Amino acid sequence: MSKEAANKEVFLRMTKRDSISKRKAWAIRGIAVVLSLILCALIIVALTNDNPFQVYLGIIDGAVGRKRRFWVTVRETMVLLIIAVGLTPAFKMRFWNIGAEGQILMGGTATAAMMIYFGNAMPNWLLLLVIFIVSSLAGMLWGLLPAVFKAYYNTNETLFTLMLNYVAMQIVTFCIVFWENPAGSNTVGIINGATRKGWFRNIFGQQYVLNVIIVLIMTLAVYLYMKHSKQGYEIAVVGESQNTAKYAGINVKKVIIRTMMISGGICGLAGSIIVSGASHTISTSTAGGRGFTAIIVAWMSKFNPVAMLLVSAFLVFMQQGSIQIASQYGLNENASDIITGILLFFLIGCEFFINYKVEFRKSKKEVQ
Amino acid sequence: MSLLLTFLQNAISQGVSILFGASGEIVTEKSGNLNLGIPGIMYMGGISGLMAAFFYEKSTGHPNAFIGLLISLLVTMLASAFGGLIYSVLTITLRANQNVVGLALTTFGVGFGNFFGGSISKLAGGVGQISVKTTASAYRAKIPGLSGIPVIGDLLFSYGFLTYFSVILAVLLAFFLKKTRKGLNLRAIGEDPGAADAAGINVSRYKYTATISGAAIAGLGGLYFVMEYLGGTWNNNGFGDRGWLAIALVILALWKPVNAIWGSFLFGGLYILYIYLPGLTRATQELCKMLPYVVTIIVLILSSKRNKHENQPPASLGEAYFREER
Amino acid sequence: MEQINAIELKNVTKRFGEVIANDSVNFSVRKGEILSVLGENGSGKTTLMNMLSGIYFPDEGQIFINGNEVMIRSPKDSFALGIGMIHQHFKLIDILTAAENIILGLQGSKTLKMNQVHEEINKLTAEYGFDLNPSQKIYNMSVSQKQTVEIVKVLYRGADILILDEPTAVLTPQETKKLFDVLRNMKKAGKSIIIITHKLNEVLELSDRVTVLRKGKYIGTVNTAEATADSLTEMMVGEKVKLDIDRTEPSNTEKRIEMRGITCRNREGLKVLKEASFQAYSGEILGIAGIAGSGQKELLEAIAGLQTIESGEILYYAPDGSTNKISDMKATDIRELKIHLSFVPEDRLGMGLVGSMDLTDNMMLRSYKEGKHFFVDRKKPKNLANSIVEKLDVITPGVDTPVRHLSGGNVQKVLVGREIASNPTVLMVAYPVRGLDINSSYTIYNLLNEQKEKGVAVICVGEDLDVLLDLCDRILVLNSGRVAGVLDARKTTKEEIGLMMTSDRKGAHKHEQRSGK
Repeated sequence: MSKEAANKEVFLRMTKRDSISKRKAWAIRGIAVVLSLILCALIIVALTNDNPFQVYLGIIDGAVGRKRRFWVTVRETMVLLIIAVGLTPAFKMRFWNIGAEGQILMGGTATAAMMIYFGNAMPNWLLLLVIFIVSSLAGMLWGLLPAVFKAYYNTNETLFTLMLNYVAMQIVTFCIVFWENPAGSNTVGIINGATRKGWFRNIFGQQYVLNVIIVLIMTLAVYLYMKHSKQGYEIAVVGESQNTAKYAGINVKKVIIRTMMISGGICGLAGSIIVSGASHTISTSTAGGRGFTAIIVAWMSKFNPVAMLLVSAFLVFMQQGSIQIASQYGLNENASDIITGILLFFLIGCEFFINYKVEFRKSKKEVQ
Repeated sequence: MSLLLTFLQNAISQGVSILFGASGEIVTEKSGNLNLGIPGIMYMGGISGLMAAFFYEKSTGHPNAFIGLLISLLVTMLASAFGGLIYSVLTITLRANQNVVGLALTTFGVGFGNFFGGSISKLAGGVGQISVKTTASAYRAKIPGLSGIPVIGDLLFSYGFLTYFSVILAVLLAFFLKKTRKGLNLRAIGEDPGAADAAGINVSRYKYTATISGAAIAGLGGLYFVMEYLGGTWNNNGFGDRGWLAIALVILALWKPVNAIWGSFLFGGLYILYIYLPGLTRATQELCKMLPYVVTIIVLILSSKRNKHENQPPASLGEAYFREER
Repeated sequence: MEQINAIELKNVTKRFGEVIANDSVNFSVRKGEILSVLGENGSGKTTLMNMLSGIYFPDEGQIFINGNEVMIRSPKDSFALGIGMIHQHFKLIDILTAAENIILGLQGSKTLKMNQVHEEINKLTAEYGFDLNPSQKIYNMSVSQKQTVEIVKVLYRGADILILDEPTAVLTPQETKKLFDVLRNMKKAGKSIIIITHKLNEVLELSDRVTVLRKGKYIGTVNTAEATADSLTEMMVGEKVKLDIDRTEPSNTEKRIEMRGITCRNREGLKVLKEASFQAYSGEILGIAGIAGSGQKELLEAIAGLQTIESGEILYYAPDGSTNKISDMKATDIRELKIHLSFVPEDRLGMGLVGSMDLTDNMMLRSYKEGKHFFVDRKKPKNLANSIVEKLDVITPGVDTPVRHLSGGNVQKVLVGREIASNPTVLMVAYPVRGLDINSSYTIYNLLNEQKEKGVAVICVGEDLDVLLDLCDRILVLNSGRVAGVLDARKTTKEEIGLMMTSDRKGAHKHEQRSGK
């Protein structure tokens, strides 16, 4: 390369910020959200030829406009939240668990099995307890596998957990063969529709209050675990630097395995909340990509539980809302995935401007 | 005999989409970018090509198959390259986490595919009613003459041109990576961008180019699926998890495009093996479908355990690169 | 007639934050000469060279290549000017062959004609006397082979100015000799060569002129023919600076740590400690001197239970009279025996502390396991953090600030404060004042002295000889993994230590007489 060509490069400097005030960081995120909403509005307007304010009113109406819709939004928020909460310990350890989908499916399958086989064998509270335990164990197993290989052979966990998602999916379809109802439908149908065994019961007359309670308790528990337990402390140290962990006398292998069992266990529990507490059925789409979306939620929230709740609520709100306007305008409901995608792109992209300062620097002298 | 023949034919046609996806992902990963958005990009590529052909055929009374083919091919590559561009801007320039961006891109891309697929299905009058027969016929055209040879003709010459192109492309990529200067530079970046930078290679430019062209290649897998496999129509989520299989195939192929060729046919075969294995019940069929993933996991474990230098993922895979980080 | 210099630097300054790495340095290299750049660790040699190779960009000053003023903003610019740098840490791609690494990033025919490249490389290696198989993969190579690849890579690109950063640090004597032969051949071919080093005998043996840097400043350039090991050491270490460190006489000295013939290897399989033996006593400060990478880090880590030991043993003599063999224990086992070994590692934020955690959380890094509770008790660490902040004047917005946001001196106070707080019987510190300002440095010296007076056995690895001489009671000198000797800090001189650190063998003076004529 000639000297002249090298000198033509713009001297753009990106430097890492030492710190940024919370207010400034949130302002940047706010701008990103506004920009993404504007872009979404433009797209929706292009598709519907309607006034964008109408469209956003439609979204609000779709998400929380009726009592029923409001509770569905709450229910879905809780599901996304608990998955993100479950992923938190693993990510805090810098372990890329992208296998939440599989862990949820395993938990969901275990739940369905309990509902089907023990539906009449025990009182409902006991059945629910059994469901929680067994579904967590199922998820735990799915977290344990990649962790063991990571700890001992340093096997790439991103790819391993990804593959396990599809193994789990096949386990679901395998089970569907046995649980099919009605025969030949290739679906499980509503399990225990008549007896409601293994279903979450209404509390205060509301169907989804138990979901909220469990998820919030788990969120609090994980928060306390991560923040105040010795094990949580170990996870944070291992995630930051394995060198420091050794210096501090931490058994890194043990921490990796234990943490992934916890992470998988909570995702398994999320499967039981979806099956017992919402859909009352099991299919390959029980996780429905939420295991992936939750990764983004957890990562963007920097594992702060309140931020996770807010981000989950925001994403679910927009999803539910856009499903509603899609049907209102005769579009199909996949519009919500496009909207989610765009929101995510902006939210992910804006982190750069929080972490880095961009400066233009004029070169002082040119070579002749 | 004829059962075996159909099995092999089907295995190959199942494999082509996966092969395109894997080839694209190999190029991308060689630059150090783990693009988990490939499944979404394949959806984007598929639907864009289909839409282009659909609107072209609608706009003219006597559509020309060749023009339809060119238009759909071009639009597919542009749309999937656009997906690659989104990924590149976010991960290379804005230094966002690769996994997070990839997953978001897949959410976006699958939604994009299903949304427009659903929408034009509606335009066409209902699910499965889209038909771009003329264009699809060009994609499905077999090699005249040779395909008439019994058995060999069926096994080797009874496919549309994208099938042959996928194999040729993989071979070309292998040649590119192994035998050309640019390929050498690209491999170096995936291993150690710092060292490549010190050797005077423009790391960002290579990463952008590899990721965007990788995405364009992967998009062809989606196009193959809608045009040749489905014959020019769409059903939502019909493409299924082939995109993830493509990512699995990259591991199985140990990041070598030539391995991906036989690997894709192996995956294709495993994918449909349950139909052809005698004595399977419905339940064991489902277990049989697990095979591609289980095989991939085993390969992943073995290669990490054996630790042979040539069989490892590119060393910088998944990591962003910045020069003066002080 | 004035000769045009291959390289000329005028008033070049480079700062990293508050630290001035190069302070208005002037420097020149003539065509066809071998120039040594000599200086202690942290004297700014590598930074200066990195500005020539395009890694850093100078804040002030001018660079002239062959008489023309230039701007070097990237390694590419540097190549284009014919400058090739062989870094201490090789920039090679492991899975590629030597030849592939050599042509990496070059323009040329689109497809690779490896046979032709191999031929060209073979021609080059024959010309200068290298020993290199172009089709060998890097991961199969020894360190010296890798270095050869780096040098050939630079020559292949047509560089006529070569910069070698501590090339002999990783080589055996035989390999060093071979390298020097090659460098002399290159000089004959008209290349200009800069070699960064702190080994005096090599300087004297190889170079035409020597440039000396000290603490970021240019000290001077002399013709090697007129220099001796003593005169160079004097330039390098400078006048003895009297520091006001209150040193008391050791009292109640008892043997605490005894190392017997310890040998360790690093990850590449090279021996980094070679049969090292010494004793450390309570109530004294044992200084450890040596050029960078002579085994200081491994010595401390071996005692702390963080290093795999190949052979030898380490004994711990407890104040109650019992003896423990700690060489086969891990850090956790040592702690469980209630042996209070405190360790302030060199890598403060990468090992001793967790940068993203606040002061309180960092306080409990080595003690969080205490007690049977599932939850951690943050009260004690918080009190500790507060008392450290108060006692050591740590400047921080509060104890809940991530330590990453603290300045270097405050980070070190936090780390040292924590380690001292555990009432150790042995306190090991590595480069305790590196990057610290004067006031913080004195805080640390006083802390170490306090510990010594309390009867702690203090082991202190340092790089500033002035400090070691005024702070320590005895000084152990390491030379490429061997204990070159233990000196009385009150009687020895900077020159004596400097020679022991830098010369080939213990008989440094004999060697000097031979080469100095």
